[in-house]
Amino acid sequence: MKALALFQKDWKSEVRTRYAINALAMFILVTISVILFSIGSEKITDYLTGGLLWVVIFFSAMSGLSRAFVSEEERGTTLTLQLIAAPSTVFSGKLLFNVLLVFLMNFVITFLYEILFESFTIENYSLFALAFLFGNIGIAVSSTMIAAIISKASSKGTLYPVLSFPILLPLILTLLELTKFSMDGKTIEESFVELAILVSYDVIMLTAGYLLFDFIWKD
Amino acid sequence: MSDYKLKLDNVTMIFGRRLIFKEINFEFENGKVYGIAGHNGSGKSTLAKIISGIIAPTRGKVIHTNSSKKIIPEKLHDYLGFVSPYLVLYDEFTAEENLIHFSKIRGHKYDHEKAEHLLNHFGIYDRRNDLLKGYSSGMKQRMKFVFALMHSPRLLLLDEPTSNLDNEGKESVYQIIEKESKDNLVIVASNEETDLSYCSNILEVEMFKKDNGTK
Repeated sequence: MKALALFQKDWKSEVRTRYAINALAMFILVTISVILFSIGSEKITDYLTGGLLWVVIFFSAMSGLSRAFVSEEERGTTLTLQLIAAPSTVFSGKLLFNVLLVFLMNFVITFLYEILFESFTIENYSLFALAFLFGNIGIAVSSTMIAAIISKASSKGTLYPVLSFPILLPLILTLLELTKFSMDGKTIEESFVELAILVSYDVIMLTAGYLLFDFIWKD
Repeated sequence: MSDYKLKLDNVTMIFGRRLIFKEINFEFENGKVYGIAGHNGSGKSTLAKIISGIIAPTRGKVIHTNSSKKIIPEKLHDYLGFVSPYLVLYDEFTAEENLIHFSKIRGHKYDHEKAEHLLNHFGIYDRRNDLLKGYSSGMKQRMKFVFALMHSPRLLLLDEPTSNLDNEGKESVYQIIEKESKDNLVIVASNEETDLSYCSNILEVEMFKKDNGTK
């Protein structure tokens, strides 16, 4: 309940300040437009389109998801949060906020992809939906953790993608594979190993997040 | 009312190679007002942050107990009210919205009557529906007291409590210090003589600066 209250505070604050949503929306628009312009009338392979989808998602996440903690640090309200909530509440609240942002962002990106790229054809929608669900959770958990770490650093903008890349790489690689499988029409049973990796990644990151957040949160 | 005690056990703080203070041993009890004194940069705010659990000391322990039961760091925020010039509330919310969000995040029901009483005491009730970004620095300082007192804390830690306040605001603060010190523990970190005149015991940070252990 406390985490939900923190999420509500963040959401209301976001609606008023548009701190993350504007950055995310602009980034999605710009990157998809650039890809469209650079492709022109060329016909690109299905796999390449699927790969580019996760490139757009990775960099969009990098442009907006750090805001959960960076905005608190920049406004100086981190201390206020430390005085009203336990570290686990803060992590849960911020995670909920990032989960919502990731799902919103990825729905928009996938929708735009679906209508703008002819070669982006999914044969097995249920497999793609599962990859999308667990992938989004993985991105949200990792980016929340990394956002908390970099919010204390001086060069936040550069550090976020640099630190995120090695942590998100196994997730993105698995998602690329699963997107390829769903384009090929493979069944969920045939993709079990990749899905298991995805779920394991989420569980490990979530556990690590709750265990380590206490140390990150305090100076 | 239960006993609230705070014990500083060999608390030492070193930033880089600079010693801020060394081996502070001090006990605080409820029902009294304690002062932390020292000139600018002496480490008053650092000690206040260590007491409130915001930063960890280099060495030593800070032990908070309520009715002889040790308070775990994760629960300390339930017992602590903190005011300082570097505390920032949410500018994009009104005073009342801030208080409602804080109550909910603490897991409490928003106490409308208490909020009204405190906002009135600090003279900002009429501006409760204004965004905080429209507040002057003095009004923001008054609002921090409302924030710190809403959950009825057992330990009220006031770092430079009267900064940015006019005489009327200072008087409101002194009334709160007197009222809260009857049942709770109040600690004032300040170099203002008037602020420290309300304190029965004063901890001089300067006394714990010598590297040779002289206090």
